[in-house]
Amino acid sequence: MTLSRRTVLTSAAAAAALPIAGRARAQSNTIKIGVLNDQSGPYTNTGGLTSVICAKQAVEDFGAANKGLNVEVITADHQNKPDLAASIVRQWFDRDGVDMLLDVPTSSVALAVQTVATQKNKVFLDSGAASSELTGTHCSPNFVHWTYDTYMLAKSTGGAMVKAGGDSWYFLTADYAFGKQLQADTTSFVKASGGKVLGASPYPFPGTTDFSSFLVQAQASGAKVLGLANAGSDTVNSIKQAAEFGIRKSMKLAALLMFVTDVHALGLDAAAGLSLTESFYWDLNERTRAFTNRVKSKTPNNWPNMIHAGCYSATLHYLKAVHDMGAAEAKKDGVATVNRMKKMPVDDDCFGQTKIREDGRNLTPAYLFEVKKPSESKGPWDYYKLVVTTPGDEAYRPLAEGHCPLIKA
Amino acid sequence: MVMIFGVPGPLLLGQLLLGLINGAFYAMLSLGLAVIFGMLNIINFAHGALFMMGAFTAWMLLSYAGIGYFPALILAPLIVGVFGVIIEKTIICRLYKLDHLYGLLLTFGMALVIQGLYRNAYGSSGLPYRIPDILQGATNLGFMYLPNYRGWVVLAALVVCLATWAIIEKTSLGATLRAATENAPLVQAFGVDVPRLITLTYGGGVALAAFAGVLAAPIYSVNPNMGDNFIITVFAVVVIGGMGSIMGSIISGFALGVIEGLTKVFYPQGSATVVFLVMVIVLLVRPRGIFGKVA
Repeated sequence: MTLSRRTVLTSAAAAAALPIAGRARAQSNTIKIGVLNDQSGPYTNTGGLTSVICAKQAVEDFGAANKGLNVEVITADHQNKPDLAASIVRQWFDRDGVDMLLDVPTSSVALAVQTVATQKNKVFLDSGAASSELTGTHCSPNFVHWTYDTYMLAKSTGGAMVKAGGDSWYFLTADYAFGKQLQADTTSFVKASGGKVLGASPYPFPGTTDFSSFLVQAQASGAKVLGLANAGSDTVNSIKQAAEFGIRKSMKLAALLMFVTDVHALGLDAAAGLSLTESFYWDLNERTRAFTNRVKSKTPNNWPNMIHAGCYSATLHYLKAVHDMGAAEAKKDGVATVNRMKKMPVDDDCFGQTKIREDGRNLTPAYLFEVKKPSESKGPWDYYKLVVTTPGDEAYRPLAEGHCPLIKA
Repeated sequence: MVMIFGVPGPLLLGQLLLGLINGAFYAMLSLGLAVIFGMLNIINFAHGALFMMGAFTAWMLLSYAGIGYFPALILAPLIVGVFGVIIEKTIICRLYKLDHLYGLLLTFGMALVIQGLYRNAYGSSGLPYRIPDILQGATNLGFMYLPNYRGWVVLAALVVCLATWAIIEKTSLGATLRAATENAPLVQAFGVDVPRLITLTYGGGVALAAFAGVLAAPIYSVNPNMGDNFIITVFAVVVIGGMGSIMGSIISGFALGVIEGLTKVFYPQGSATVVFLVMVIVLLVRPRGIFGKVA
């Protein structure tokens, strides 16, 4: 088929007209939620598509259709790159009419995107990222840190290990915002309890899959505890390789950030006995089991961890606030929506009753779990036993120590 | 204790040994790449994906057919090699007359497709593959605990690399192969089936990558992205060694593994980039690579 100049020009004109027609339709009162996370790298299973499924479940459970709210959920892969994420988010806010940004693991990406969300006065609910800086010096009135953070992990897991006799530490740290913050927060707990940090190996992130030389250095340091300041497949690989090098015979492993999805990837043989902290576990109580039963058929190979539960809980609470304010008001002003969310008490099947603090910190409880031995596990995904519960108002950094500019002294 | 540059001697020795182990993977992968480029003039960007396919095939053989590690060491390269032969016969053979760039783009696209398919089917978290019982445990070498499996990796890699080099440089089959690269019509005039030779060579290079994949499966978790982390470094290794030189890629592979290991001791944050630093220096000082022959 030969293309005449007329055909090319006409089709080009038609193609150019299409986006304009689309935009006009999107101006109506549709609430658009954008789930931005890692869908191809080390954090794919800790967040990824299961987060989208949980967000959509929240829309369904809220009964948006019956309440006259039109809700749309879209998603994109940020590949752990702050610059790519910032440009996706700008496009979402400016061109696609997204009102609420959800999940965003990888602290360096979350910090970059938080600035954009604040500038555009939209709502940013982060479930996946860890850095406590997001509600510290970087806090924002458009932002809620939903599920956990480095301080809570350091206090719960780090604190427990120091109490159990681990007074000398060596860190294996992912060399970017998250790893460094987690190492810093844990170090202050270790030192406050009279312990010492004997050294650290910051390794390039992402892309490192072989930790053998860092593990050998850790062993040579003579520390009692190896603190893993990393997450996702990095944690899984470091634990596997630590076992290979016989490190677990001479050092205790502190998996400072580990999820039930990582335990699944590792297998109970390798993970048994590890201590870790999550704010949600599918088998914790009747309500968490009910939630898990609703979503697990949609994601049978990847049951929900605390990040996924956080996406569900955040979306549900957001929709309640939007319904309370009216969609038009909520779309116009992100700060007003977040303020309404802070005023309303949070209550859902995942975390029970929690409260969002003025600095944007959602006070979820911190559960210290120990991974079961293979003989103790009675069914699929039966991995944890509960050791200690820290209630939400004690688990996080006190307001006064955060230096959040929103809080007047 | 002897201190070298502020680092205890035993620790340094341990890091050198670990560097050799990494170097073994670099050497095997860059050998396959060098063979394919030297003989076929194709820049095979799919090498990382084929390495990953080798690891996955070993995992699948274990999970679906109960076939263990040692048979998989032979079966997986064969299976992936056949796959390579099929690709070569259907897609790659059309590119020989064209510019190198087309081969690069095609194989890069193939790599993305293969990785995407595996990621769709198996997710990104990684699948466990146990070290075979006979290679479990570690040996106390005095200056460090060497896992037996990693020692086996270095030995197996050395044997395979040297065997490949010997076949190409010292046998009449290898001589025919090298002749076919330099002047295919003439060799064909002697009655040698050159297209078949080329196909088998591509299959051989692919099998080498798959063999490295099986060796890697118990150490790195078997996941669709495992090739990504190696492929760029391996290309740098091939450039440093010299694009067509077999012995060059073997030696550079091991040497760069050691250099990377030393960097991890003194400046761990730079361990991902030191190979490229060396590549830049080599390209500035000796563009054809350390062992490369002038075209």
